[in-house]
Amino acid sequence: MPKLLTGAEIVFKCLEDQKVEHIFGYPGGAVLPIYDELKNHPSIKHILVRHEQGAGHAAEGYARSSGKPGVVLVTSGPGATNVVTALTDAYMDSVPLVCISGQVPTHLIGTDAFQECDTTGITRPCTKHNWLVKDINDLSKVMHEAFRVATTGRPGPVLIDIPKDIQFAKTKYKKSNKEKKLNGKSHNRFSQDQIDELVKLINKAKKPIIYSGGGVINSGPKASQALREFVELTGFPITSTLQGLGAYPGDDNQFLGMLGMHGTYEANNAMHDCDLLINIGARFDDRITGKIDEFSPNSKKVHIDIDPSSINKIIKVDLAIVGDVTSVISKINKTIAKRKNGHSKSNKSNIAKWWEQIEKWREKDSLNFVNSDESIKPQHAVQRLYELTKNKDTYVTTEVGQHQMWAAQHYKFNKPNRWMTSGGLGTMGYGLPAAVGVQIAHPEKLVIDIAGEASVLMTMQEMSTAVQYNLPIKIFILNNQYMGMVRQWQELLHEKNYSESYSEALPDFMKMAEAYGCKGIKADNPVDLDDKIQEMIDYDGPVIFDCHVDPNENCFPMIPSGKPHNQMILGPNDQEENKIKGKGKALV
Amino acid sequence: MPKSKSAYSIPTKKQKPDTYIFVVWVDNEAGVLARVVGLFSGRGYNIESLAVAEVDAIKNISRITIVTTGTPQVIDQIRLQLTKLVPVHKVAEFKREDKGVIFKEMALFKVVGKRNKIQKCLNACKKFNPVILDETKTSAVIQITALRREIDKMNKKLKPLGLISTSRTGAVAMTRGAKIFN
Repeated sequence: MPKLLTGAEIVFKCLEDQKVEHIFGYPGGAVLPIYDELKNHPSIKHILVRHEQGAGHAAEGYARSSGKPGVVLVTSGPGATNVVTALTDAYMDSVPLVCISGQVPTHLIGTDAFQECDTTGITRPCTKHNWLVKDINDLSKVMHEAFRVATTGRPGPVLIDIPKDIQFAKTKYKKSNKEKKLNGKSHNRFSQDQIDELVKLINKAKKPIIYSGGGVINSGPKASQALREFVELTGFPITSTLQGLGAYPGDDNQFLGMLGMHGTYEANNAMHDCDLLINIGARFDDRITGKIDEFSPNSKKVHIDIDPSSINKIIKVDLAIVGDVTSVISKINKTIAKRKNGHSKSNKSNIAKWWEQIEKWREKDSLNFVNSDESIKPQHAVQRLYELTKNKDTYVTTEVGQHQMWAAQHYKFNKPNRWMTSGGLGTMGYGLPAAVGVQIAHPEKLVIDIAGEASVLMTMQEMSTAVQYNLPIKIFILNNQYMGMVRQWQELLHEKNYSESYSEALPDFMKMAEAYGCKGIKADNPVDLDDKIQEMIDYDGPVIFDCHVDPNENCFPMIPSGKPHNQMILGPNDQEENKIKGKGKALV
Repeated sequence: MPKSKSAYSIPTKKQKPDTYIFVVWVDNEAGVLARVVGLFSGRGYNIESLAVAEVDAIKNISRITIVTTGTPQVIDQIRLQLTKLVPVHKVAEFKREDKGVIFKEMALFKVVGKRNKIQKCLNACKKFNPVILDETKTSAVIQITALRREIDKMNKKLKPLGLISTSRTGAVAMTRGAKIFN
């Protein structure tokens, strides 16, 4: 007779079978049996966070930088509710997470017991699927299914709620059954005909553009490889969403920079004027499209996505190809290569004029800014950070706001999985715990959180986690004393009524660093900036870098609300030239 | 158009919504109805009526029938989003005007009054297969099966004849002929 295992043992057995090496968590009453079992499983390392939201974001950083699912372990009630923000964040940005939460014993469910909450009810809208395990015999099946749901198709978070009595109960362990499919839901549903049709469009196009997104990153490093081949084969210009940065080298000439609300002038104008738009693994987010009615009005639109519900959700497309980006692009590349053997006519000559037009847009140099000798411009700080770290394999996380956009604009990524930012949900406080997770996955690599002082205070306590595990993360704070993006919107849209967007009592980040037991570095003038950044990079341990930047700087270029791509506001240089606009920025 | 102060775009021109019936086959497990209904409420879709019950006890399958309104784009989204739910096996949808599909609702009417009034009620219901489920000297419970708008109409018509309580189901649907939903 096989040995009977407790629920807690089964949890770890499943984690071992799934080759989990790290879990991020915080103990509490309803998960104590699982925590008790931890000591018997040396292959699994538990990272103790300081707040469950931090556990969730750390697991996200871990997952996005490694391609493996992140695992979170929290207790019932407040433990579960605290992780909701991170689950929602992971859901919006398609990050595979498996969250295990404790629950009060089954006989107490529904009685408003101590630290009870309807965890599966609360997390239903922010997970791909969740389970409340009420029978010990279901546990191993559910655990394995959870990993399958989280990591297949469009990835996302799942949650398993395990009552305390189930953690104690005993049963036989069942291994995962790999054959089983999710109700027959396969992911590649495209045909060669569709690929042929796309290749036809590619050959005919005179003004094409490729718009790639986070789906390329999620599909794995091979997808980025295939994308690079595809771009080289076609000679087409490529732009990327915030989440797709790194899939294609940021310093390549065919790369037009990020598109969307704070995207480059050339990328947005090319999107507007193109005659063929190939969306690869992006979802026409509202920060990308601007005004829907006037979005890329004259183009044939092609959408490649693994999630059929992303197609035609916002923008009607002419050709939809449902499948995994790697498989689809590889197939396209093969088809193009085959055709080229037949008649070597390349369509690169077709698009020479288009490239000329793009170069004209490029001359606007829309990411420019007026640099200063007296104060550090935030854009300058990011540029210096990039120059001083580009030769290392650097991982960058961010919080949310102006600094995030400046990082996306001025830091150039050459590899996938190096850029972790909260895009869909826009969670302030994401970057620091995410950096913790990234560093756990890549202990030898340089991990930098480009942060804002307001965001970073939301999850500052995770510095303590970084110190505990000696994780040498670098928190690079662009400190402008404002919730910068809020202030920018108030400046542009609410008559400069800076309602509650100024933080009057900021902590002294140097003392804070000291209190946490890490290193603090402060920079407030451009002359010392490089030396201080170098000092940060060279220091072996966690650093809080308090970079005092010009508090009045705004993030440009920008598509104002309700406007199409070709009506961007450019930076101060351009506004000087266009005095006709009078009030300039206030025109929105 | 007024100038927007929003970070979001302004809603664009709307297409005309139509009424559609969705039939969803799901695993009969705890919380499955909440997932389906939560998807509708969470994404702002409308539910006009809802009927759900287990249809296959061995395979543990329930069949949910939902009447909803939406533009073709919204209807597509509803289908695709429903299909993504883990316990959902298959989804079918069709327009209310679709001649190839029957759909029916059932209603129970409680009528209180003299014999002749109850008889009048029964006569009024004649077209809709009335069945008397309970009868006393002063009351009757009448069951009819009909379309939504027909039941709406009867509901109005029987009020002056002593109708004091109505209970009705959501619509259920079935294709005509030998074929089944796919």
